[in-house]
Amino acid sequence: MDLGYSESETAFRDEVREFLSTKLPQRISSLVKNGKRLTKRDYEEWQAILNEKGWLAPSWPPEWGGASWSAVQKHIFEEECCRAGAPRVLPFGLGMLAPVLIKFGSEQQKSHYLPRILDGTDWWCQGYSEPGAGSDLASLKTKAERRGDHYIVNGQKTWTTLGQYADWIFCLVRTSNEGKRQEGISFLLIDMKTPGIEVRPIILLDGEHEVNEVFFTDVKVPVENLVGEENMGWTYAKYLLTHERTGTAGIGFSNAALEHLKTIASTQMKSGRPLKQDPYFAARMAKVEIDLEAMKTTNLRVLAQADSGAAPGPESSMLKIKGTVIRQEINDLTRRALGPYALPFVSEALDEGYNESPIGPDYANPIAAEYFNNRKLSIFAGSNEIQRGIISKTKLGL
Amino acid sequence: MDFDLNEDRRMLRDTLEKFLRERYPIEKRLEYSKSEQGYSTKMWQEFADLGIIGALFDEEAGGFGGQGDDLMVVFEQLGRALVVEPFLSTGILSGTILSAIGSDLTADVISGQTQVSLAHSEPASRYDLAHVTTSAEQQGEAWIINGQKSVVLGAASADKLLVSARTSGTTEDEDGITLFLVEPIASGVEMRAYSTIDGYGAADIMLTNTPAKPLGEINQALPLIELAHARAIVAVCSQCLGACEVAKDMTVEYMHTRKQFGVIIGKFQVLQHRMADVLIELEQMRSSIINAAGFLDDHRDLREKHCSAAKNLTGRAGRQIAEEAIQIHGGIAMTWEASVSHYAKHIIMIDHLFGDTDHHLERYIELG
Repeated sequence: MDLGYSESETAFRDEVREFLSTKLPQRISSLVKNGKRLTKRDYEEWQAILNEKGWLAPSWPPEWGGASWSAVQKHIFEEECCRAGAPRVLPFGLGMLAPVLIKFGSEQQKSHYLPRILDGTDWWCQGYSEPGAGSDLASLKTKAERRGDHYIVNGQKTWTTLGQYADWIFCLVRTSNEGKRQEGISFLLIDMKTPGIEVRPIILLDGEHEVNEVFFTDVKVPVENLVGEENMGWTYAKYLLTHERTGTAGIGFSNAALEHLKTIASTQMKSGRPLKQDPYFAARMAKVEIDLEAMKTTNLRVLAQADSGAAPGPESSMLKIKGTVIRQEINDLTRRALGPYALPFVSEALDEGYNESPIGPDYANPIAAEYFNNRKLSIFAGSNEIQRGIISKTKLGL
Repeated sequence: MDFDLNEDRRMLRDTLEKFLRERYPIEKRLEYSKSEQGYSTKMWQEFADLGIIGALFDEEAGGFGGQGDDLMVVFEQLGRALVVEPFLSTGILSGTILSAIGSDLTADVISGQTQVSLAHSEPASRYDLAHVTTSAEQQGEAWIINGQKSVVLGAASADKLLVSARTSGTTEDEDGITLFLVEPIASGVEMRAYSTIDGYGAADIMLTNTPAKPLGEINQALPLIELAHARAIVAVCSQCLGACEVAKDMTVEYMHTRKQFGVIIGKFQVLQHRMADVLIELEQMRSSIINAAGFLDDHRDLREKHCSAAKNLTGRAGRQIAEEAIQIHGGIAMTWEASVSHYAKHIIMIDHLFGDTDHHLERYIELG
């Protein structure tokens, strides 16, 4: 066994670092590092820079603009991006829709949509969850009825992340009530400008407008917007679960968050000494660091397997659970580290260009909000309970 | 990066796995453990002939392994079978020291001919390696030792004792500790041998004006003792991992067969989810041991930090896995007859060897 990166992997890491240090706008990385709000324009600016380098969609096949990276290279890239304070690359078009189109879409769909995803022409959002279909996704009810060369879509999607910016939405819709619930679902691409679509904001517990409800009333969708075959949508959606999962563990985020926590714990004082010297606090920080260090190796072991051809199945679920538990623990410790200064919250201070002096330490404002926001980690993308169910079924045969 | 075992280690693992499967069923293990000796001398010799002891030593010392990966491979298998022969005491603790010093005894240890037990910890030392009150004095050419050593693994069957004693400084000084070879039959050696709760041989030893022969540098034994313990941590964590794997498999098997309320208990979601967590912690344990094994030959602070991380995580995860194994088995796991109980005992008691979770968490913090 060899725990270190190979020579070529180290060279790749250096190349990524060099790129980030010269190409990532300082304005943007300082927003990210200070927990500020990012605008649509910020995301687009960064994604355009990545696209120019050919690194926006590394997982795609080379003929569509991918980079032919190994799983380990993808991991290195994600880790370095987090370290440098790059915004996350929004996954909806690039990581969620594109792999499905590439695998199951028509040639016409591929050549039309993929370049537009890359160059930022189309902003995509995801239409899976419904008010009555959360963890139990297969119970979705949004209906698409075939009328000649169109479908008529009626229903409601929810938790649509950044749907307020979206030009298009990819949806799971019900096209049949026959047989098993999973067998009547189709995968449909819908233009957000179509009449009958209404987007309403959902304000989250931290006061942010991140997600939306999307209502469909007699929305006309051309049949050519169906991906693959009718009633096969569940298969396509599931394909995503075993694809593009290298970032599941969120190692890069946890690394950056732990570094931030350590800085805060060395400036916050308790009984006349830095908080990080308090034995109870130090013990909790050490424990989560030990877990994270082991997690890095667990993650790399899974990636190494993936590189040798084994598609990670339940391993993804294991990484998702442990990765989110660790990240949430770091968020919890960071909130605690602030003591009473975790309480003040000035929403406007999250905007770029806010000029007033901070209340308390300059890093304090976003911390509690981030803690609350990241409670989502164990709920979305298949709640941790759903993941345990998957492990139990596939690994334990139960 | 490469997480695969090389060809030699795969062979080593497969050979040992097959040997243990055929020759070391749990009934035999319990029999060996309960015997007068506390283990099987015959099995020990067979292990030696198979090259398993030699796998713990590098070529320079006359072995053919000795790296972190070798320790992992061997001890994971030993853990799977709850092997009671003195691998840890003779093979790792004493073996590391003897081979580092270049002692002639190393070859006899590898061949299975000689067993050497490291008598280091004391009633008041807890897990602090520098805490040594046993003292050695030079009288002319000869040395004599006075003091008490506690929970010395493999002591009763040892042909030689490797005893740490203070030759200068005070109780917790890092300098001033020296190692001595002591004959178990020498005058003033009073040994009280016993079996540990999980079935391994150990003893408390009183030394009164006992003649001894210094080994290695005078006053400078601590770094060597620390290295031996680092290797012992990788070994015993791997042993824990092997035992945990088996305890987990037994529990999953039980969940598939045991029926209550008309269904197999594996149908109950609360148990499924807890077992899913067990699987995750097992992988975390393995990863932390891979890290520690990978840094065994690195410089001291890095080595010790990874060892402390592994021991802390293994202790925490081990407790969870052992307690879930007992809980999910229910009443039957409370019996001697159910082998899962012997696995659970061993997993839990490993936390008491070479520093527990709390000790190593504190140490991890100290190491920065």
